[in-house]
Amino acid sequence: MMSVIEALPVQKPSAWKQRLQQLLAFAGLLVIFVAFSIARPTLFPTYSNITNILFSAVVIGCLAMGATLVIVSAGIDLSCGTGMALSAVMAATFMVTWGLPVWLGIILTLLFGAFLGCVNGIAVTVLGLPPFIATLATMMICQGLALVVSNVHPIYFDSGKQGSYLWLSTGTIIPGFPNAIFVLLLAAAVAYIVFNKTILGRYDVSIGSNQEATALSGINVKKWLVIIYATAGVFTALGGIMISARLGSAQPATGSGYEMQAIAATVIGGTSLAGGKGSIIGTLIGALIISVINNGLQIIMLPQQWQNVVLGAVIVVVVFIDQLRNKQAKAR
Amino acid sequence: MRKIIAVVAALMVSLSLASCSNDNGGGTSTGGSASGDKPFISIVSKGFQHQFWQAVKSGAEARAAELGVEIEFIGPASESEVEAQMTMLDNALAKKPAAIGFAALDSQAAAGTLTKIKDAGIPVIAFDSGVDSDIPLTTAATDNKVAAKEGAKHMCELIGNKGKVALIVHDQVSKSGTDRRDGFLEGMKEYCPDVTVLEPQYGGGDQAKSADIAKSIMTANPDLSGIFGSNEGSAIGALKGVQEANMAGKIVLIGFDSGKAQLDAIRSGEMNGAITQDPVGMGAAVVQAAVDAIDGKTLPKFIDTGFYWYDKTNIDDPKIAAVLYD
Repeated sequence: MMSVIEALPVQKPSAWKQRLQQLLAFAGLLVIFVAFSIARPTLFPTYSNITNILFSAVVIGCLAMGATLVIVSAGIDLSCGTGMALSAVMAATFMVTWGLPVWLGIILTLLFGAFLGCVNGIAVTVLGLPPFIATLATMMICQGLALVVSNVHPIYFDSGKQGSYLWLSTGTIIPGFPNAIFVLLLAAAVAYIVFNKTILGRYDVSIGSNQEATALSGINVKKWLVIIYATAGVFTALGGIMISARLGSAQPATGSGYEMQAIAATVIGGTSLAGGKGSIIGTLIGALIISVINNGLQIIMLPQQWQNVVLGAVIVVVVFIDQLRNKQAKAR
Repeated sequence: MRKIIAVVAALMVSLSLASCSNDNGGGTSTGGSASGDKPFISIVSKGFQHQFWQAVKSGAEARAAELGVEIEFIGPASESEVEAQMTMLDNALAKKPAAIGFAALDSQAAAGTLTKIKDAGIPVIAFDSGVDSDIPLTTAATDNKVAAKEGAKHMCELIGNKGKVALIVHDQVSKSGTDRRDGFLEGMKEYCPDVTVLEPQYGGGDQAKSADIAKSIMTANPDLSGIFGSNEGSAIGALKGVQEANMAGKIVLIGFDSGKAQLDAIRSGEMNGAITQDPVGMGAAVVQAAVDAIDGKTLPKFIDTGFYWYDKTNIDDPKIAAVLYD
């Protein structure tokens, strides 16, 4: 099987090129960080503010890990924002309503995320819906179900019984450094291994670059696409766990709009919406870039109307440079 | 393939029907029973994002049961979906109700539909937010400007006439957002003119986003003395931000509305107090005004549904407790 894959006409980015890609995103992050540091030297580059930046990247970062896996397969997952809200509601249902222990609640929530992803994957493969449409539909279904399951009420965690759950986000093993940041790093590490070191990642890239050729080489594309969406769903559920642990409650009406931030983080990180090419570390950096920009613009007290304008402009610039570089690489 | 789609679609429909019937098992007055001659009132609210609307709904349902009218209570998923709300208003009109209650997300966007409703001879009762139009017969609302100004007065008492104060506002378009912002700013100028008031920031009522904003504001202004959150989501967000920055108790927090997290924080002293509206009374007032309009009674131009300041000292006062919600 492995040799079949290696024989595929897949343009796997060479190692140096991928490194350059990450270097570019990282350089962008650095430039933005330094610019804000110069603008507000006493306020911006401080320990507490840096932890703030990292902390506020956690939820989007988790969602973006899943988004990357899906986008590399030339798909898209619009349901991750409201799927996150539904997962949060399910987590609260498991732990608060049913009274299950925290560890079991977390496992069930992650499994539920995988189930949501499976639904997306089946809609895309078995029903043959375009990913955009399939996940647009599940986005709405999740939004509705979050309200139905919660009966349109936020569900509050008990700071005693679910204390360890809340600790996952706002607790601090290292003083002043919320645990949520470790969760994000762990999630990124898992995503990195899945994407770079397993067969799933290899098939993901292969399906994204050329689905027909992948199928012709004897790979069950449908099965693997379902697995890819299911894996992405686990990260969506993790996002739901992290946001509800932070807020101490599952808020059923949140979530819409988060999917766009996750997609933006993925794209800024150098993953191509055309599929076949992506980077987990790039996505992590992309999420950090969004977080740094949001935080920095607030700290320099730029009127808020302008903050989204700046963020949008950054996406245009980053993706433009990325494409330019790709074209040059092809021309050579 | 087509067969599969049909099966799945049928499954989905039956599932959704099943969940609907479960949901209405509690005996809510929305939809369902096809009782012929009861007047039907459609109430288009601002949605589900805040428990405030559930409290308005319960007040409306209780009064509807008393007066023997049938109501539906609908709204978009979040308070930024102006267009979705316009569609709901159009759909409400299509059902030819005896009256329509409407809480505008945008005070101007509804002008066209309101004219159509007027032409159809259906009375409109505005609630929560005013509409820039003279079509609604009356507006049942909290005077948000006066209410927020009261919040500013307490802010000034708590911090003294010095320091810096920030505002986290839920919306810069809706009238409740702008009125609360402007009322608070006005109050600050009047009661403690020497306090620096920072540029208002908007968090869309999203708790996580508002928390991030609060933390950035505290970082940018280490000498911050107080934060005002203009609705439930903004206030809880400000509270989360302050807690995460380990500044609880060091920054004066004033909120708006209630909800469990806010009530807990006020009881524990992490939040100093909040302004509450009377959502249950507002819901009742909408239905009452609608029924009066159907009966041809003349209505006052504005029905003030009132507000209260509450803090640790009076939170369990029966009069206050009656308008708070979890």
